[in-house]
Amino acid sequence: MGRKNYWLVSVGIVLVSLFLPENAYAMHIAEGFLPAKWAGIWWVLMLPFLTLGIKHVKRVVDEHDPSIKMLLALAGAFIFVLSSLKLPSVTGSTSHPTGIGLGAILFGPWPMVVLGCIVLIFQAVLLAHGGLTTLGANVFSMAIVGPFVAYGIYKLFRKLGAPLWLTVFLAAALGNLLTYVMTAIQLSLAFPAETGGFIASLTKFMGVFAITQVPLAITEGLVTVLIFNLLREYSKGELKKLSIIS
Amino acid sequence: MSLAGKNLIILALILIVTITPLIIKPDAEFGGADGAAGELITKMNPNYQSWFSHIWEPPSGEIESLLFALQAALGAGFLGYYIGAKRTETKYKEEMEQDEKC
Repeated sequence: MGRKNYWLVSVGIVLVSLFLPENAYAMHIAEGFLPAKWAGIWWVLMLPFLTLGIKHVKRVVDEHDPSIKMLLALAGAFIFVLSSLKLPSVTGSTSHPTGIGLGAILFGPWPMVVLGCIVLIFQAVLLAHGGLTTLGANVFSMAIVGPFVAYGIYKLFRKLGAPLWLTVFLAAALGNLLTYVMTAIQLSLAFPAETGGFIASLTKFMGVFAITQVPLAITEGLVTVLIFNLLREYSKGELKKLSIIS
Repeated sequence: MSLAGKNLIILALILIVTITPLIIKPDAEFGGADGAAGELITKMNPNYQSWFSHIWEPPSGEIESLLFALQAALGAGFLGYYIGAKRTETKYKEEMEQDEKC
């Protein structure tokens, strides 16, 4: 049953993607590519989340035993691996998964703001990927919208009684996808089209940024289910403490 | 289904999703640099000037891939350590429980 669904989903995606435009690119917003006003706005919006996020990380570290801290480190390591993998997409360009969903499911969205921010700083400073002026905007999309969407989807589908693997898959995949939808929104706000304004730009940027991300969202969902299966087998105690399984 | 069985299916699916683009788009460039996203902005807004550049850039593509590989290696190293440690822990716990029963 589960196997059949996986096949249906992946075949469907491949078929849809065959008709998509070529030469699209999806990544974090590059250094200097948001006007100073918008770069500043996203920095200001991002900082309260980061402050609260740091508090939540402290709480996890203070209140829990070492096994839970190890699990938090695992969530961080997962982001490191996934965001370093630039994967080909059916639009003929590459982009990367975020790895945010796993941690958001395990620890809620707040600690992920901090972990995502660390990875984005690493990439901005050492890899010239993303940027410091655009860090606010990139943290907002990847480390705020991403984990909050993933966590929301996770909670919703648990409540609806969906199977755990499907819940984890959807949470991780949609968290990833919405990250890049947010990127498209950010760019459209900063660069509204001369005719048609924000909506016209959004259509354009969505075509470019979000569609490339669809197969990568699927991959992210699959990898997250894979690692989640391992945790369910070998870290039962920790998952029980975090009330993920009973 | 066993854990290994499930995960093998997932791995196969990941491979399919990843390799398919390379097969159906044999002529695509598969570029993905941030600069390319910038190109689109410049195309839409010919007057826009990037007002800030990177404080440091990897001197070559090789150095950049070194740093990306380092990032992946650090993460993957910890993932492997964690799963290995937990797996051993689970195994010993089960063995101890069985010993106690005997």
